Order: sequence, then structure tokens, then C-alpha cells
Amino acid sequence: MMDLDALSDAFPEILDGLWLTIFMWLAGSALAPLLGLAVALARRFGPAWVDRPLWAIVEVIRGTPFLVQMFLLYYGGPFIGLDLEPTTAGLLGLTIYGAAYFSEILRGGLIAVPKGHVEAALCVGLNRMQIIRRILLPEMTLLVLPASVNMFIVLLKETAVLSIVTVPELTMAVTGFGSANFAFTQAALVLALCYWSLTELSGLVGRALERRLDRFRIA
Amino acid sequence: MSGDVAITLRNVVKRYGDHEVLRGIDLDVRHGEVTCLIGPSGSGKSTLLRCVAFLEEHDAGIIRIGGAPLGFDERPDGSRIRLPITEIARVRRNIGMVFQQFNLWPHMTALGNVAEGLRQVLRLHKREAHDRAMAHLTRVGLAERASYYPSQLSGGQQQRVAIARALAMDPKIMLFDEPTSSLDPELTGEVLNVMRDLAAEGMTMLVVTHEIGFAAHVAQHVVFLDQAQIALEGRASDVFRKPWHPRMAQFLETYLDRGASVLLGN
Repeated sequence: MMDLDALSDAFPEILDGLWLTIFMWLAGSALAPLLGLAVALARRFGPAWVDRPLWAIVEVIRGTPFLVQMFLLYYGGPFIGLDLEPTTAGLLGLTIYGAAYFSEILRGGLIAVPKGHVEAALCVGLNRMQIIRRILLPEMTLLVLPASVNMFIVLLKETAVLSIVTVPELTMAVTGFGSANFAFTQAALVLALCYWSLTELSGLVGRALERRLDRFRIA
Repeated sequence: MSGDVAITLRNVVKRYGDHEVLRGIDLDVRHGEVTCLIGPSGSGKSTLLRCVAFLEEHDAGIIRIGGAPLGFDERPDGSRIRLPITEIARVRRNIGMVFQQFNLWPHMTALGNVAEGLRQVLRLHKREAHDRAMAHLTRVGLAERASYYPSQLSGGQQQRVAIARALAMDPKIMLFDEPTSSLDPELTGEVLNVMRDLAAEGMTMLVVTHEIGFAAHVAQHVVFLDQAQIALEGRASDVFRKPWHPRMAQFLETYLDRGASVLLGN
């Protein structure tokens, strides 16, 4: 069994780790879709010379492990003058990683908006910006909701990777406690339970949101 | 003569690759008249209508809306120039379009759909846009459905909202692209009634339709398209009562088989 004294000693640190994990998750979940949207809009409506390089970057990010990306960003960054605090590097890495996936989700959402809805807007006289803002973005949001909830869950779990660049988040705190007390398995179980509770929670929010938005669906 | 012409097409050509969808269309749509475009599937009638809305860009020829060239103009030397997008939008403001698939915006209520152009394009204040949108919903008999979302409306109701949305922008010409084709038979009547009222008020209408009864009774002018060309056109009574054109006769037969002979009085 775990040493209860040791646990209570380590508890504040673990709690700090939990809060930091939640912070990194929420901040990443806010920033990644925004950057992803910028990429999706640029690729969909921007000039052709913007599309190619963005496509390449997205492919590289989606095609390499987040762990490797974080290593490169944190330990390789200083070689190109990018010397970041662990937490800053973690958030930046998480944002870029999430944005690559979100850009594809959102680009797919933009393409999936029925062409006729845009034509109707043209005939009513809306200009390009108005059509993007008033028609495409709201309709896209509805279409990408399930895939986005999925992505938020992925981002939560990927925050665990940030422990390897010394971000003192939940995984680092709990595994630190585990190795100090030779309770690796127990620590891993606690960790799994924490992440699973948080993902269930976000799934719950996502499903509630989907139900609320159901009436906006095209009949 | 040109004063009472709302839409003019001269030698309009549209191609998809090597395939010619419109082969040199000449057509005049007169103010205050209902013009129906009929013809078999693939004859080009929807493409023709979409060219008039500039949703498809014609490859040659000229389209004029109220005298102003749409999309492209011809220089005196015969070369063709594309007009700036603001000019296209300005000319397009004269037309309202109704689609087969309604194309209401699903995230806005019926009222929101009708008010959107009033708010965003005409920049009306919220109150005024609301009142005008309500008036147009009332006109199509849907005032009490103002706060419903498209998913909560029947197909016929959605199409009437779509008509109200187009009318709210105060167009001079209304284009209808098979407005009842995706409706259940029992719902086509309510949409056709709204269109009939609109015609009675003197709205200029260009209608692509398979509703031969509507074309026979409401249209002043009927245009029969076949194989990307106008095969026959004239007054509704002439076209339907004397279908001397062999393709037209063949086309009408499919409807006569379905009991349309009663409607046509043949």
C-alpha cells in the first residue's frame, strides 16, 4: 500500500499539478482552434501560394509524435534563439500541435457547408466577409462539434507529454511521487483515473452542447 | 420596346468543359410578366436561370438586367471584360432567387433568415428590420412561425420563408429554380399559391418549373428548352394548345399521361 503520510506530504504538489494540467488543457483548447481557424481560412480563401506551405507544415505536425515535437521545441529551440520557459514552451507546443488537427477539422467543416447556403447569401447581397462571418463560421461550428470534442480530449491527454520538458503538471507530480515512494503502479492508476474523469466531464459538456444545438440542424 | 424588358439574353453560351449546356440563348423577359422555363432534365433550364443570377458565369454572349450588363460587358471591338465584383453585386440587387433546396440558413430563425439581408446589406436598425421581415413573413402566411428554426418547419413553410427572404430585399425580378420539386405533392399548393399572388401583384418572374399546370395558368410567356437551346417559345396558350414541335409534344405527353390534360383543357 501507499504510505499515507507520504501521500499527504505530496498532496499539495499533486493538486498544483492537477490545476496546471487543467490550465494547460483549457488554454490549449482555446488557442489551438483559433490558430487552426486562421490556417483553415487562409488555406480555403487565401491565395494558392499560402496553401502549399501551410499544407506542408500541417502534414509534418500531424505526421510526427507530439513527444518529439516537444523535445525539438524545448531542447532544440535555444539553438535558434527560442529559449522558452517550460510552461510557455508547453503551451506553445500544445497550441501548434492542436492547431494542425483543428485546421483540418475546420477546413473540412467549411467545405461541408452546403454550397446553396452561400449562393442564397450571395443572392441576398451579402459580401464575402459577411458570408464567412454570418453563414460559414456558424454553420461550420455546428458541423465540427463532434470532431472538436474528440480533439479536446486528445489535447487533455497530450498534456501528459509536457512532463518530459519539466512542466510540473499532473503526470510529473504523480510520477514523481510514485518513484519517490516505489509506488509506480498506484501512481499510474491514480493518473489514469484523473485523466479519465476529466475526459468524461468534457464528453458530458460536448453531448449537452450537441443536444442544445440540435434544432439548428438542417432538416 | 426595350423599356419594358427586364432581362435580356443575347447569344448566351455556357460550357462545362467540352459540353455545351447553353448554345446561344436569346431571350427577353418582360416587366410584369411571368415567364416559365420548361423542358426535359438536362435541357439547360436551371443553368440558364443560374446564369441570370450570376451563380454560373456564362462563357459568351451578354446578359442584361434592367439594361445593365451582368458580370461581363462587351467593348465596342467585341472583346469581353469581366465587371468588378461591386458592379456585379449592384446589378444582382435587382433580382431575388428561390432555390429548389430552399437553402435557408439553419442557424437562424425564419425571422432571422428574412431579416439578415435587411440588417447586413441594407444596414437597417434592428427594430425596422424586424418589422419589415415580419411584414414579409405575414405576406407568405407565416407570421406565427417567425421564431421557428428551419429544421422545425415543413418543406412548404421553408420555401415560403425563402420567398419572403428574397422579397424582403425588394427585388424587381424574382427567379425561381424548380421551387416545388423537392416538396411532397400536398405541400406544392401552398408555395404555388404564394407565387400566384406574387404574379397577380405584377412581379416580374422567371420560373423554372415542372408544374405544367402553373405554367399553363399563370405564365404569360412559356419557353421550352431542349438540348441546350430554345426549341419553342410564345404565349402560354399557344405553346400548350398547339404543341406542334415534336419534342414539345413528346415532353407534354409525359404530363398528359399523369392527368395534366385536365389542367390544360385539351
